[in-house]
Amino acid sequence: MSKTWASAADAVRDIPDGSTLIVGGFGLCGIPETLIQALVEQGTSGLTAVSNNCGVDDWGLGLLLRTKQIRKMVSSYVGENKTFESQYLSGELEVELVPQGTLAERIRAGGAGIPGFYTPTGVGTVVADGKEQKEFDGRTYLLERGIVGDFALVKAWKADTLGNLVYRKTSRNFNPLAAAAGRITIAEAEEIVPAGALDPDEIHTPGVYVQRVVQGFGYEKRIERLTVRGAGVQVQGREGR
Amino acid sequence: MSGSRSAIVMRAVQEIQDGMVVNLGIGMPTLVANHIPARMQVLLQSENGLLGIGPYPLEGEADPDLINAGKETVTAVPGASYFDSAESFAMIRGGHVELAILGGMEVSEQGDLANWMIPGKMVKGMGGAMDLVHGARRVVVVMEHMSKHGESKVKAACTLPLTGQRVVDRLITDLAVFDFTEQGMVLVELQEGATLEQVRDHTEARYAVAAELERGRA
Repeated sequence: MSKTWASAADAVRDIPDGSTLIVGGFGLCGIPETLIQALVEQGTSGLTAVSNNCGVDDWGLGLLLRTKQIRKMVSSYVGENKTFESQYLSGELEVELVPQGTLAERIRAGGAGIPGFYTPTGVGTVVADGKEQKEFDGRTYLLERGIVGDFALVKAWKADTLGNLVYRKTSRNFNPLAAAAGRITIAEAEEIVPAGALDPDEIHTPGVYVQRVVQGFGYEKRIERLTVRGAGVQVQGREGR
Repeated sequence: MSGSRSAIVMRAVQEIQDGMVVNLGIGMPTLVANHIPARMQVLLQSENGLLGIGPYPLEGEADPDLINAGKETVTAVPGASYFDSAESFAMIRGGHVELAILGGMEVSEQGDLANWMIPGKMVKGMGGAMDLVHGARRVVVVMEHMSKHGESKVKAACTLPLTGQRVVDRLITDLAVFDFTEQGMVLVELQEGATLEQVRDHTEARYAVAAELERGRA
């Protein structure tokens, strides 16, 4: 039984308005470019996007912001995006800022069937507001909730037809966590190979987490800050983290 | 690099020992990497999923799939490993990263750190800073002693939203080095050219002066 779908447009067709999406990627690295563009074309709106960042003005999740398809972002860092800023200030866009490690663990927990966990991160800060606190061995911890998405969108380097995924270098980031935390997980890959072609020892995301696989195309793999050795440092994009 | 920043960075380099696993924050802390002695084997952790950051790539060899937490293109050293974000923060929260060197906006005499948000300015987010201050076994903050407006950034209490409460082990500024101990904040070193009086006049926080420094004065 193959999980491959003919196109990204087909694979995202049943994502309804108002869905919660967990989206892999860190900055513009390892983002599901093809699936995001399919959602832009489809016009699905009122989305809650759980993703470490929200892209830049004209790429990544920034494309869905520009078209006002996102109602709420759950992220750790959103400082690269002017569209974000204007929509946030005008009250059109709701934002939940979550420390990066807590965000990663909330998604991991969601995918692993764990409804909540305790972490010291955020104790004594605004992150602790309204959260249960508990002491273990003399140290204070916050209760944080697991996150499950209606859909997860992830980007792999290679996928097989059973949905087993392999990522490349630091494009792995949030993708394996997102894959496990989607009720329906859609993976796009640079290359799709027959089941059996990947070494089972090298699979990062077992296919059980993935319901649909699509062939990505026209990868731009934009670089946010091109830095090279030698004559100075060339910086692309705005100042920020 | 300005003189004051250079003094901070060069002092911060001395915190790093052979064999350590270190996470360097964005900005001034990242510059520390350029000065780690070549004879030392140090693994730099990047919270987006790389243990063993190497130098920036040569022109034409940048790989969009290989970046650091500042989203800059980097390389990986021999012996490096890649992992997902949950694993990365398990490594951090679990105390497996020995040292984090982070930038600061304000540090209080209690060892509180504020470095992620200025009310009234656009909120960008805390990224991994709140996790690092609780997870790394030792937290060193590097920052200029005074703000651009001539106010002390070394506070009795932070005025900006906190990144973490009582999380700083050591503060390195362009004037001095402070430790945060059970007994409170202690001035342990003066930067070259700085005097005890100068530090006193530029510091809002209350601190003790280490015995060696007091003696040096006599």
